[in-house]
Amino acid sequence: MGKAIKVEHLSKAYQLGDFGTGTISRDLERFWARVRGKEDPFLKIGEVNDRTTKGTSDVVWSLKDINFEINQGDSVGIIGRNGAGKSTLLKILSRVTSPTTGSVKVKGRIASLLEVGTGFHPELTGKENIYLNGAILGMRKAEIKRKFDEIVDFSGVERYIDTPVKRYSSGMYVRLAFAVAAHLESEILVVDEVLAVGDAEFQKKCLGKMGDISTGEGRTVIFVSHNMDAVNTLCKTGILMDNASNIYSGEITKVTNYYFNNITANFTKDSIDGYLLKHKNKDIELNGLVINGQTTTIISATTDLSFEISGTSKIDEQIDFELYITDTVTQKTLFFSSLYFSQGLIVDISKGDFRISFNLELPENLYSGIYNLNLFVSKPGSLYYYKITDLLKINITGKPCLSGRSYSLEDNVGYASMVISNFNYSK
Amino acid sequence: MNQLAEEDWDIEITAKNNLFSLGLKDVWQYRDLLILLVRRDFVSFYKQTILGPLWFFVQPIITILIYNLVFNNLANIGTDAIPGPIFYLSGIILWNYFSECLTKTSTVFRDNAALLGKVYFPRLIMPLSIVLSNLIRFAVQFVLFVALIILYHFLGSPIMPNLLVLLFPLLILLIAALGLGLGMIISAVTTKYRDLAFVVAFGVPLLMYTTSVIFPLSVAITKYPAYSWIIKFNPMTAIIETFRYSFLNKGSFSWDLLAYSSITTIIILLVGIVIFNKVEKTFVDTV
Repeated sequence: MGKAIKVEHLSKAYQLGDFGTGTISRDLERFWARVRGKEDPFLKIGEVNDRTTKGTSDVVWSLKDINFEINQGDSVGIIGRNGAGKSTLLKILSRVTSPTTGSVKVKGRIASLLEVGTGFHPELTGKENIYLNGAILGMRKAEIKRKFDEIVDFSGVERYIDTPVKRYSSGMYVRLAFAVAAHLESEILVVDEVLAVGDAEFQKKCLGKMGDISTGEGRTVIFVSHNMDAVNTLCKTGILMDNASNIYSGEITKVTNYYFNNITANFTKDSIDGYLLKHKNKDIELNGLVINGQTTTIISATTDLSFEISGTSKIDEQIDFELYITDTVTQKTLFFSSLYFSQGLIVDISKGDFRISFNLELPENLYSGIYNLNLFVSKPGSLYYYKITDLLKINITGKPCLSGRSYSLEDNVGYASMVISNFNYSK
Repeated sequence: MNQLAEEDWDIEITAKNNLFSLGLKDVWQYRDLLILLVRRDFVSFYKQTILGPLWFFVQPIITILIYNLVFNNLANIGTDAIPGPIFYLSGIILWNYFSECLTKTSTVFRDNAALLGKVYFPRLIMPLSIVLSNLIRFAVQFVLFVALIILYHFLGSPIMPNLLVLLFPLLILLIAALGLGLGMIISAVTTKYRDLAFVVAFGVPLLMYTTSVIFPLSVAITKYPAYSWIIKFNPMTAIIETFRYSFLNKGSFSWDLLAYSSITTIIILLVGIVIFNKVEKTFVDTV
């Protein structure tokens, strides 16, 4: 089998901060170095991209010396946490931007899907946009004409095809856009997390189509996602990225397992307790959080989460614990708060140490995947003691839905099915 | 050796770019996109209007009426014995074409950053589509111009095209190249630092007064002999003068001046291509 893509010593540096009067002098310096044939001074000071710590330099390497090869007909999943360099890699592969050093060699046409509906013009009708979008993605007009009926059929918006897309609902818009993209005929297809759109039925259709493309039609597919189930289903091999490098590659299940065991566990390099200590508050201090008996920053769960929160209070106060569970893919949130639904967890706390435990039942229709847990502690309706976002990650497994978030995407509220039980308060 | 044969790659993505290569082969591959973008601009221009494409006529007609009133009647600036409306219209449609090409091209990266940041197609398609869709607009206005010539001809005015009209395609090519070249230079420079964009915003309308849109070159030469070089210095002057002379058989024409315009335009276009090629690969990072 031939090679489809070969990536050699690929690196990409970005400049942080704002551009203005301050950056022009350095630009001139770089220009002068180039004129004299010297090495670019800008690149010597670069450091590896780490979002969480404030670096000394405002030049970061988003990719650093990446090397890999992809065979023709492979379906490859690229995974890694936010900021690992996945999107930059995709941007370079799809020729939106170019690398700082190194090269990518490609055999065949490459089409990329970094966003659904790129170049849709709101004033044009659905039909006109199919042609325009298809051409933007690299299709010839005759090719689109040939597939036009198929595209309309796949999108399921036939009735609106002569209406300007600005009158479409967001779901219809996305359906039409994905339908065009799904009918691309390039040898290599690069797909960023675009499946997190549309309703469950349509997502299933998209995943099915993706599967057809890679297995049925023998084309090379590169797929970036946080959705491990989708990656596991669709891809044969995987590449794991972390800190601007590709650190592990191989068979997909091995890569995803490696990811869970090694990368996400070190998400903040702190245990939850350590994290809490950084958020000291004068009146109320939380100093311990144990979830399902674990104090690591990634928790695996299936049906419910048991919380144990301990702390000290200097005052007698009524406080509210709000829990937010955010889908890392769609950024949709499930929350549990008295502020909105008078259904929160309001506790009368008296001076001294306290310990609270409760169970949170996860909605049955949640989707398997990674979620962020956020914990807000407030005096109801007046002030927040703690606003801890991205406290930890919950890897929810064993749920029946493989694709499609089953709670409504429109109103993004799923509070009704999050139930608190076994509440206990002790001094 | 087998290994080598296998490494027959179609695309190579690196930091380097060929300075003078426009990648025209690539553009040809995407010719349908070019046509569709031009169509998009044209169609979206008059969507949800009652007069539709008639709006292309309204702007020049109103402008020539006002110019005629202000510059011809009030300020009493001569028009080389050409009827006022036809004199101004000839200048306006050419200048409009140039300034539209220039201003639209100069913001092309910024205006389309969202699109260009998500999908690859030859970057040159975008400025080319601007030049082409404005050409359609120009063609529509040109019809108005021809109609006006015929009208005045019947009214007994001695205006009449001469053989130099054969230069017309060259003139259009020059305007397009000039607008495109300058626009590409400005667009490339403004991706990171936007200062120049401000200059374009107020500078281009002012630039119109340094060329023979509202006064003929002959007036400038007789009134301000010492400063008329400024007017000649603007490459658009020779183009406008040649256009008028060839279609109306009045005014001035000089091969020297036209040659100067052509050479300047070619240089500007080449510089534009080089600079555009330098930034097109990475502008999404800085725009």
